[in-house]
Amino acid sequence: MIPFDFAYYRPETVDEAWGCYFNLVSANKKPLYYAGGTEIISMARVNSSVFDAVIDLKGIPACHQLTLQDGAFIIGSGQTLTRIAEFGAYPLLSQTVKRIADHTIQGQITIGGNLAGTVKYREAALPLMISNCRVKIMTRDGLLEMPFLQIFDGRLRLKEGEFLVSLTIDENDLQLPYNHVKKTKMAKIDYPLITLAAMKKGPEIKAAMTGYGDKPLLLPADMLNNDSLPPAERITNMIKLLRDDCKSDLSGSKEYKEFVLQGILEQLFKNFAEGS
Amino acid sequence: MESQLGKDTVRKEARDKVTGAAKYTNDLADAPMRHAKLLTSSHAHARIVAIDTSKASAMPGVRSVITAQDSHLLCGSMLRDRPPLADGKVRYYGEPVAMVVADEEQQAQAAAGKIQVTYEPLPVVNSIAEAIKANPVIVHEQLMSYTKMEQEVYPLPGTNICHRQKISTGNLPKGWADSETVIEGSFTLPQSDHGAMETRAARCIIMPDGRVMIKSSSQAPYSVKEEISAYFNIPAGKIIVQVPLVGGGFGGKTAAQLEVLAVIAARAVQGQWINLVNSREEDLVSSPSHLGLAATIKMGAAKDGKIMAAAMTFYIDSGAYAEISPKLAKAIAVECTGPYNIPNLQCDCCSVYTNHPYAISFRGFGHEALAFCLERMVDKLAFALNMDPFQVRLINAVRPGDLKPTQEKTTLSNTGDIRQCLEKLRTLINWDEGTPIKEANNLIRAKGIACLIKTSDTPTDAGAAVILTFNSDGSINLNCGAVEIGPAMKTTAAQILAERMKMSLEDIHVQLTVDTASSPYYWKTVASMTTYIIGRAVLNAADDALGQLLNLAAIALHCPPEDLDFKDKIVFVKHDPTLYIAFKDLVKGYQFANGNTIKGPLVGRGSFVMSRLRPLDEATGKGKAGSSWTVGAQAVEIEYDPQQHTYRPLKAVTVIDAGKVLNPKTAKGVVMGGMCMGLGLGMNEEFVYDPYGIVANTSFRTYKMLRYGETPNYLVEFVETPQIDAPYGARGIGEHGIIAIPVALANAIASAAQIDVNRLPITPEYIWREKTRA
Amino acid sequence: MHYAGDSIIELHVNGESKSVAVKPSHTLLDVLRKQLSLTGAKPGCANGDCGACTVLIDAMPVKSCLMLAVEAIGRQITTVEGLKDAPIQDAFIRNWGFQCGYCTSGFLMVCHALAMHHPNAEQSVIEEWLQSNLCRCTGYAEIKDAIQSILSGNLHRHRQRGAFF
Repeated sequence: MIPFDFAYYRPETVDEAWGCYFNLVSANKKPLYYAGGTEIISMARVNSSVFDAVIDLKGIPACHQLTLQDGAFIIGSGQTLTRIAEFGAYPLLSQTVKRIADHTIQGQITIGGNLAGTVKYREAALPLMISNCRVKIMTRDGLLEMPFLQIFDGRLRLKEGEFLVSLTIDENDLQLPYNHVKKTKMAKIDYPLITLAAMKKGPEIKAAMTGYGDKPLLLPADMLNNDSLPPAERITNMIKLLRDDCKSDLSGSKEYKEFVLQGILEQLFKNFAEGS
Repeated sequence: MESQLGKDTVRKEARDKVTGAAKYTNDLADAPMRHAKLLTSSHAHARIVAIDTSKASAMPGVRSVITAQDSHLLCGSMLRDRPPLADGKVRYYGEPVAMVVADEEQQAQAAAGKIQVTYEPLPVVNSIAEAIKANPVIVHEQLMSYTKMEQEVYPLPGTNICHRQKISTGNLPKGWADSETVIEGSFTLPQSDHGAMETRAARCIIMPDGRVMIKSSSQAPYSVKEEISAYFNIPAGKIIVQVPLVGGGFGGKTAAQLEVLAVIAARAVQGQWINLVNSREEDLVSSPSHLGLAATIKMGAAKDGKIMAAAMTFYIDSGAYAEISPKLAKAIAVECTGPYNIPNLQCDCCSVYTNHPYAISFRGFGHEALAFCLERMVDKLAFALNMDPFQVRLINAVRPGDLKPTQEKTTLSNTGDIRQCLEKLRTLINWDEGTPIKEANNLIRAKGIACLIKTSDTPTDAGAAVILTFNSDGSINLNCGAVEIGPAMKTTAAQILAERMKMSLEDIHVQLTVDTASSPYYWKTVASMTTYIIGRAVLNAADDALGQLLNLAAIALHCPPEDLDFKDKIVFVKHDPTLYIAFKDLVKGYQFANGNTIKGPLVGRGSFVMSRLRPLDEATGKGKAGSSWTVGAQAVEIEYDPQQHTYRPLKAVTVIDAGKVLNPKTAKGVVMGGMCMGLGLGMNEEFVYDPYGIVANTSFRTYKMLRYGETPNYLVEFVETPQIDAPYGARGIGEHGIIAIPVALANAIASAAQIDVNRLPITPEYIWREKTRA
Repeated sequence: MHYAGDSIIELHVNGESKSVAVKPSHTLLDVLRKQLSLTGAKPGCANGDCGACTVLIDAMPVKSCLMLAVEAIGRQITTVEGLKDAPIQDAFIRNWGFQCGYCTSGFLMVCHALAMHHPNAEQSVIEEWLQSNLCRCTGYAEIKDAIQSILSGNLHRHRQRGAFF
């Protein structure tokens, strides 16, 4: 039960959505873009998020793409985690989103919602951070395309009224050797203690993780791939470097997270060494 | 007629529960209805400087905004220390502070958010240690002025101790002298929650003539009635409490909390139903929870492993209010030796106030917490003696003739056979293969075992009555005050009745809901006592009905009643069964050929009350807290990763002496449910507090209960040593599955990781910490 | 499409069209329970954690506490009341799949959908789907027996009888 009223809009084009947003703003209303709704409803229920209107992006075809075309995997921001996982074009992404929340909710959560939401983990971002991924954003200048990491530094840096329309991942990155590890405090269905996604492109390992600190982070590529040092030393160096980013929370203490990360990375190096 | 007992029997309300037809309190259609919502405290301990309700009162649909100013009242089933709405200060995070009544639920919730409370934070008692230290912050300044609802509550002035229970037997100095090995241990257990899937809900309407109608998800409708009567000075007969199906209780729905608030709201809005339903967050922290515990135990044993002496101190974290915790202290004290014979003993068990959510009964009634400490000690003792933990248990297990801590004599009937349980367990868990065992994949497989025991800890006058009425087809309606909270107690009662009446279970119709205006009294649906108390009342009611049936049949069949027997709804002459009369021709009276009729519609009535219980002596604990015990032995096998310190339970085993298993699949299911809950306590469940006493995990997102696939294979078996005074010998088993599982898990982890486990839950981080510390 | 304040909308529930007056802020769970008296879906947490409110939307399980009623327009909603002799209902009775019954509707809906979509589901898939729901009474063993009893071996019978309403 949500303790306040709001209006519901379901535009059919990105322009309509944009117009809708700013019409509301100019009428002194606070609108929110809405997709799966799971986070918005659970926050509204306890007054953690209060707004005058939601603009549901699920009716916009551009936010609904899910296709492999022109050498890329295109995912509309309004696609649910379940559909993305079942489509299966990017196994690392499939595996990552299948460990977000639980199976039923994966049918409601959209990838756009997971990336743009306020819950700090944003696990779906990890495979996007380490692949050649571009995003399409609706802006005042119309649709703009840019590299994912240009707009995502742990959270989506969207300006007022902007929204994510779609993601495009280079086909060459979809089927690379990969690793996905999700560690929790104890229970399987839980927020991550650490979730790490990694892939190996040629000789180079790329990895990103979340749960470790306040937001998803990339592991330093230079240290990860510094072949002059044995893996154990690289791991020690990275943990040292990331010490300030590491934060205690309900899932675990900072010190424990460092211990767990060490184990994850040892296994990662081992897996990739075996795989190649 | 084939016996009804010992056969898998589908519960009476099964079809309703798989079709959505089963109704719980908040499913009922009552109209017109107003909605009440609470504003709860954002502080764990703070003075309420001011409450401004003006904005809330002006909100649309709002009928009333209520604070303690409107009804200074103190509640509590043992000690009246708790205002239903915080009065003057708040004592825990989530404590109800104000209540809004509005036309719509949404309006009530919105208005509750507009109430402005000014707090002046006070220092927080955030642990048992802080509660019992010298010159502590005092949670209840007026402790000694509170009204006692029961005599057996002994608060200590000027402290946070609301009750102290002592046990003393034998000669402790001699016990230590006779001990070759003496070990000590300290344990802490966090508070946690019942987590019943149905959150607590209450409805109330005050009728024009002053009758108070309450509908509630309560395990204790008759206590609700009596408490409301006492608090509001309303004659008990004018209070009617109705309870439909309840979506899980586990002890959490035994206190009158929302019911009291619903009555307050209903008084403010006369003539309308009030609906007050907990959100999950409120259900976790605002409503009562599971106790926390801190304990220190010293234990001595002779060279042969016989335990000679023990000194124990327990402190229960009762949270902000006493509620039932004095009784929990008593329960822990009277069972402090577990199922073992300890000749020289001293035990001190206190309930202490903290600024945590307040505790109430929880499946196991403190025995799950006690077992953790005691059974860890037994494993530690075995380690110190270099003996097999199984043997240490077997050597010390109680025998007929041994005295309990309350100086009651053990018999096979009143206690059952713990040795047989242990021997069975040994085979089922394959104990003799040893623990820990290194597996090929660098993992370690390990087992832990532990024993359980529990008595009822009922008041000395706990009782019940049962009414049987008859339908024109000769079938029976069974009406009793037991609430159907899940373990199929209504079906068990029906089985017992069918067995005594020698008729089919199909012909027993149970009234699933309880209505205190028409259902006969039952103390409370708690303590695993329904089979015993209701069962005995059912048998008495059946005998009453049979007596009437046989006497009337004797007239109809022109023979003395002693020549008659009965079966399948027919009374017949023993030496000539062709002479008979059906129940259906007797239950509305017997009609002669000429139409004259004698004896009216038949009613069977039976009642039962616990016998020979007596309060405990304040200094020694001598007394009688229950009429019988249930014992058992449990084991958990885990697979442990020594690199990551993660683990998973592979197998969990329970052997309980059930006396007589009335409904095997149901019995097994209830025990497995308890085991699962026990694993939850062992692996995940705890309230996490910040330094200010704020509970950090108030939803199922962060308060983790076990899910499908996280559970082990269960093995449940029963020993059947009849309890002679129980219906067909059946002991209570409703709670027992939980009791020794957390500690069996702890013993397994201790074996696998080679660490001392002295707290719950056991997370990989905890193991890692213990390993790195060592 | 735009809704504000009270609107009359049409929902397709259990094979019937129902007109209901809703606000955009009403969750599907609230509308099912309060307006349509379909109280089989239970509020257990209203936060998407427990699954007691699970219904099917176009044959897939959805936690109705986390969906707005207006989002369900034009979609097929199935609640436990719409299961007519679905094999899983009998399977839950035969296997003692519940005690208090409060989580049961949600489990039934997830199991029913699972059996439709994956009649030969492996253990890992069953686990994935059923981990969306909490049960506090059983230890899940009987629920496991119940779902397994209607998968694979009983496939044919299931297909015949398992219409959505």
